[in-house]
Amino acid sequence: MEIPAIVGAGLIVIGAGMGIGRIGGSAMEAIARQPEASGKIQTAMIIAAALIEGIGFAALFAVN
Amino acid sequence: MQIKRFGFFAFLFALSLTAYAGDGHDSHENHEAHGEKSIKEQIKEVKEHHLKDSHSFHLWGDHAKGNSVEFPLPIILWDGQLHFFWSSEFHHNANAVVESKGSHFRLYHSKIYKTEADGEIIYDEDHHALNEKPIDFSITKTVFSTILVGLLMFWMFRSIAKRYTKDLVPRGLSKFIEPLIILVRDDIARPNIGEKNYKRYMPYLLTVFFFIWIANLIGQTPLGINITGNIAVTFGLALITFFITQFSGKKDYWAHIFWMPGVPYLMRLVLMPIEILGLFVKPFSLMIRLYANILAGHTVIISIIGLIFVFGAWGAKGAFFGLTFFLSIIELLVAFLQAYIFTMLSALYFGSAVEEHDEHH
Repeated sequence: MEIPAIVGAGLIVIGAGMGIGRIGGSAMEAIARQPEASGKIQTAMIIAAALIEGIGFAALFAVN
Repeated sequence: MQIKRFGFFAFLFALSLTAYAGDGHDSHENHEAHGEKSIKEQIKEVKEHHLKDSHSFHLWGDHAKGNSVEFPLPIILWDGQLHFFWSSEFHHNANAVVESKGSHFRLYHSKIYKTEADGEIIYDEDHHALNEKPIDFSITKTVFSTILVGLLMFWMFRSIAKRYTKDLVPRGLSKFIEPLIILVRDDIARPNIGEKNYKRYMPYLLTVFFFIWIANLIGQTPLGINITGNIAVTFGLALITFFITQFSGKKDYWAHIFWMPGVPYLMRLVLMPIEILGLFVKPFSLMIRLYANILAGHTVIISIIGLIFVFGAWGAKGAFFGLTFFLSIIELLVAFLQAYIFTMLSALYFGSAVEEHDEHH
């Protein structure tokens, strides 16, 4: 049986979601530990989240 | 001053609330005009119409009913000779064919084809049009809106720049924009590019930041403009970042791509193709990220506005209205965040290009 491509995209989106969730969670913990570094942590978090998000969108784009 | 600032944000929120109102209204009127189409088909049509570029600027109303409010845009075609006419000419005769310098053109599914005088479109077996397509340089809706954003930015920043020649204390518009310029300089350019080189890249970073931000915000107004949700626009932006990165690449940058220092020889051969691929993947991901984010946002909001028309009960209508409002506010955040990320990643790439590694290896 052939598995449709959208299933693969779904798997990638699940992975991307888990990845962004972990980044967000870790950033929160880090900010709670060191509130004075929150600016730097936020910037790093946004960059990492954006890179993962790019992969998620690339998957959706490939299916489309 | 606080009140004034709040007023500005309230204005933005109000704009976001009415976002796509034109499109939503449109679907409602379609329903009345031709009852045979199901509401779901109409919503799909409105959505596709909104997400695609078009040759005229449609504000509201329905073509079939004749109460459509739109203004024509210039059509510029090249097929060996230059053709110029207004898009309104397509609607003047029944089969929508325009004659220009002996050639006939027809607008069909928002694309322009060259036809015979009767405007016949020839199809292949997959129902794709086989007619010859002229090279289309038309000022389409997206091009028009892009020019509009450019003029708006020119006016904004000229007036701000003039203000600073008189007095260094920011007032009026510069009071709102100055923190954003400082943000781009101190949070984006300086840490990512480095103290030595950042000034050279500030003009580009500021331009791209404000262009994307303003284009995203204009996409939230009821005009139904979709600039950054068009892949050609984001391709252009990513291409500029790509070229600036490559042309500012120093010795160390190219060494890290073609002959990675500090790793075994065999590993260098493995890394080279990956790094070369990375050169193109970086701007590609910039392009896809902005495009997909804005497109997804517009699709979701139009779909939820469509749900207001699908459900009959007033409670459900109210709930989806609230959801639209909530998502529009999220979209305002996304509009800013995407501009920020695009600028940030561009700065990161420029930083990696100008970086010098003399302290290690």
